[in-house]
Amino acid sequence: MKKSYDIIIIGGGPAGLAAAVSAYDNGVKDVLVIERDVRLGGILNQCIHNGFGLTRFKESLSGPEYAARFIEEVRARNIEVWTGTTVLSLTKDKQVTVIDPVHGMLVLQAKAVILAMGCRERSRGALNVAGSRPAGIYSAGTAQKYVNIKGFLPGKRVVILGSGDIGLIMARRMTLEGAKVLAVCEIMPYSSGLKRNIAQCLDDFDIPLYLNHTITKIEGEKRVTGVVVSKVDENRQPIAGTEMHFDCDTVLFSVGLIPENELTKEAEVPLSPKTRGAVVYQNRETLVDGIFACGNVLQVHDLVDFVSEEAEVAGRYASKYVLEGKSSACAIDVSAGENVSYALPQKIDKNISGNVKLFFRVTNTFRNCTIKVTSGDRVLLSRKKQICVPGEMETLLLAEQKLQEIDGNIVVSLENEVNV
Amino acid sequence: MKKTLTCIECPIGCTIEVEFEGEQVLSVKGNACLRGKAYASSEVVCPKRVLTSTVRAENGGLVPVKTSEPIPKDQLFAVMEKINAVVCKLPVKIGDVIVENICDGADLIATNSEE
Repeated sequence: MKKSYDIIIIGGGPAGLAAAVSAYDNGVKDVLVIERDVRLGGILNQCIHNGFGLTRFKESLSGPEYAARFIEEVRARNIEVWTGTTVLSLTKDKQVTVIDPVHGMLVLQAKAVILAMGCRERSRGALNVAGSRPAGIYSAGTAQKYVNIKGFLPGKRVVILGSGDIGLIMARRMTLEGAKVLAVCEIMPYSSGLKRNIAQCLDDFDIPLYLNHTITKIEGEKRVTGVVVSKVDENRQPIAGTEMHFDCDTVLFSVGLIPENELTKEAEVPLSPKTRGAVVYQNRETLVDGIFACGNVLQVHDLVDFVSEEAEVAGRYASKYVLEGKSSACAIDVSAGENVSYALPQKIDKNISGNVKLFFRVTNTFRNCTIKVTSGDRVLLSRKKQICVPGEMETLLLAEQKLQEIDGNIVVSLENEVNV
Repeated sequence: MKKTLTCIECPIGCTIEVEFEGEQVLSVKGNACLRGKAYASSEVVCPKRVLTSTVRAENGGLVPVKTSEPIPKDQLFAVMEKINAVVCKLPVKIGDVIVENICDGADLIATNSEE
């Protein structure tokens, strides 16, 4: 039985699929994709709503349709795919221990590994919401799986905490299936979801969005019977006397996504505390030779189109690594400066040719601001923006020539005139 | 009359101002592209949405579906009732028509293949 591969890709969602095709097309034909679910496509399978692929395909696709485009590309090539297979461990020497009913448990050896495990949802436990532990509390993605894959509605009267896109999408989905969504509560003064989802998922169905509000108590013993929602002050602390009560049987949490990096840690790949994903070079190689990372396991993207794009970079350079055997070496560190929460890649290898696309998020909503990329006193790039919001990832293209001219490290920052 | 809309055509979500008189659109401002103009012009006259949902398959599983065209917004719940009464035969391929002309000329089509 074959136990070694040139490239092993962990995860068969949008990142893994695009990475596999890219690695193959760039010259490495011995590629294995490992997916723990029974089918390829990852979370896209339960994202049955439309709006995917506008950047990449110039048309509005549902999640399964977007995934199908890449699954076809994988099938059209001689790429090996294992589904229903769990990766148990990964070492920095690129040994991958897997288990499934077909192969049993076995240890595979790869020349390069691409991490494409995606992310998972932040849970109620992470927020310490007071109350007992009755049935009826779900993450928005779990509710989505129940409704769209399993075919049952997890509740009839729903309050949603967090205004991330999955929560907004589920507000509409459960409403269409006959549930009453009473409120979406957002602790921040702005929604982290897309504007169009506020319009088409909440406004279309007259679902109220309470900004600067959070759930301060969940009531019920066997089943949720209600929640208390309170207004919060500028420090996000509940204000006494502002409590509202909702009778409901279900609470959904849509409060952020966390890259799923347990295997990454085992392989001793250094992580960024900001992104909670690996520290990478612009080619998406981590600080461990031959281990690459892409998609939501690296940084939580807004759109799947950008996941595919990033995965293609990782696939291309993983292929190059296998063919040439040369690892990245650091010359420049990239860090987040004032008003910027993170910047990626965290490291730039000047020997890798091409411009470098910098990805970053800002810490707050800023209007009429200037984004600056500096190295010491030198301004490499400066761009005026009418508006920057934390919910939208920003990008800047740093020209290769600019990089050759500098020796020091790079800082991405935002200069702000008015903070609204 | 003037109306301010959030465009739902793409993730940018332009804020669009539409001026209209009855069914006659006089001006559209704030849109970054032509899709936005078309959306805003239709939205003030007859708001339409692509409806996505699932239908039951004969083996008990689910098949994801969507309307092939946007349908009038006030028909969404009526069409959901029709969708929830469908039992679809297998196998289906992505793009197969599950229900012809489910609403206003739009078909209900499968958005994934199931064996």
